[in-house]
Amino acid sequence: MLETFIEFFRQLADDHPRWNFIFFYEPRQWARIVKGLQYTLILSFACVILSVIIGVVGAWLQSSPSKWIRRFVQGYIQFFRNTPPFVQLLFFYFALGQFTPAVTGPDGWTEIPIISNVGWAIISLSFFAGAFNVEIFRAGIEAVPESTQEAADALGFSRMQTYKEVVLPLAFRVSLPALNNNLVNLVKTTTQAIGIAVPELLYQCVSIWNDYPSAQYPTMLLLFFSFIILVGLLVFGMHRWEKAMYIPGYGE
Amino acid sequence: MSTQSWTDSQPIVSIKDVHKSFGNLEVLKGISLDVMKGEVVCIIGPSGSGKSTLIRCINALNDIQSGSIEVQGIEVNDKALNKLELRKKVGMVFQQYNLFPHKTALENVMMAPIKVLKQSPADVEKRARELIAKVRLQGKEESYPGELSGGQQQRVAIARSLAMNPDVMLFDEVTAALDPETVKEVLVTIKDLAEEGMTCMLVTHEMGFAKEIADHIYFTDRGVIVEHGPPTTFFDQAKDERTREFLSQIL
Repeated sequence: MLETFIEFFRQLADDHPRWNFIFFYEPRQWARIVKGLQYTLILSFACVILSVIIGVVGAWLQSSPSKWIRRFVQGYIQFFRNTPPFVQLLFFYFALGQFTPAVTGPDGWTEIPIISNVGWAIISLSFFAGAFNVEIFRAGIEAVPESTQEAADALGFSRMQTYKEVVLPLAFRVSLPALNNNLVNLVKTTTQAIGIAVPELLYQCVSIWNDYPSAQYPTMLLLFFSFIILVGLLVFGMHRWEKAMYIPGYGE
Repeated sequence: MSTQSWTDSQPIVSIKDVHKSFGNLEVLKGISLDVMKGEVVCIIGPSGSGKSTLIRCINALNDIQSGSIEVQGIEVNDKALNKLELRKKVGMVFQQYNLFPHKTALENVMMAPIKVLKQSPADVEKRARELIAKVRLQGKEESYPGELSGGQQQRVAIARSLAMNPDVMLFDEVTAALDPETVKEVLVTIKDLAEEGMTCMLVTHEMGFAKEIADHIYFTDRGVIVEHGPPTTFFDQAKDERTREFLSQIL
């Protein structure tokens, strides 16, 4: 079965030089794709989780009684929302990366920065998507009617209890569709990590078609296909989650 | 707290010369009234007369600028007020029901006793089911607020408030948002409560109901109590011109 598959693509490359699916019949190229996929998955997973945490914490800080904390959050949002994520990535890696300490590697002489390029990509992309998530969660919190909180207040709930038991569960439901969109964008934006040489899927694909120009179309196809699947899985999961949190008769 | 010093012979709610402003707008201009335990008091008056504000001040949802509100000896107008102690004594039902939409009817009733009073969930559930039966909603325990009619939601809200075992119940225009046909089911529930001896304060536009249920009626206009009395004399022998005018428009 697998033999036929490999043979088919080898033959295809011979017959049609522009359609060289080299990664399907050459194990070394296949290994590159697998490695790229791994990094893309790591980036996506880490950034989704971190950016959601940043969003929840940021939205909570936005209702802080301290004017300075609110201004700080506002400044953070303005900066990360209004500048290109690719520029942010370069800035984090090349500018901030200069100031983070390095440790000596196991060989005794190489300097290894404690935050690698993968680390910087995760940090910068998480802050980028996190800025949008703060706004998304804030909108959700504002959608919870004052009167519902008042009812909790009148029943003796503390502010913290009201937030935890009433405001957050309702705000989260309202936020999910917008959050879904932002996370889809985030997963696609992980390809920009190529700019600081993170060996994710786009990086590997570009390397392959630089080495084998005849493989350019097939690798592009592979890229599109991989992201359709990856984003599809994310959207599927988010919809399942939305369904699980559905309240009969609410918001209709 | 001076709760210990309070006895049944004293007013359970005692309001003295209460002033309340929103910005420059003075809404309450020196309101005084007493409610005895077991009494049912209705507050009526044109919109904007401050009746809802007054009732909200009693459980500290609004603060007051001057005067005194005592509930079973607890001074509400006190910087060091323990709001939790006050809210254990005072139950409140709102015009818009304000149920928690993500919780079933039963969970709505159970939440506060479990989270606030830290009572055992099993005991609370037993009582909550009894309360839901009491407001005639058996079979709706697992329904979400969005699946219930306005009248049903409002009865869940009453049960939710009762679950905290309050000594006084406040009703803030609780039938104003309801369809005419469901008003009655809510009024019946309140009447049951009143007949069991619950102290009730109602802001209402239901004059017929007020006449039937109230021990005492207060008419407020522009932030003052214009006239008050038991329903028999109040409706038939109103002395003040404003009261007579209001009643003639409503009845």
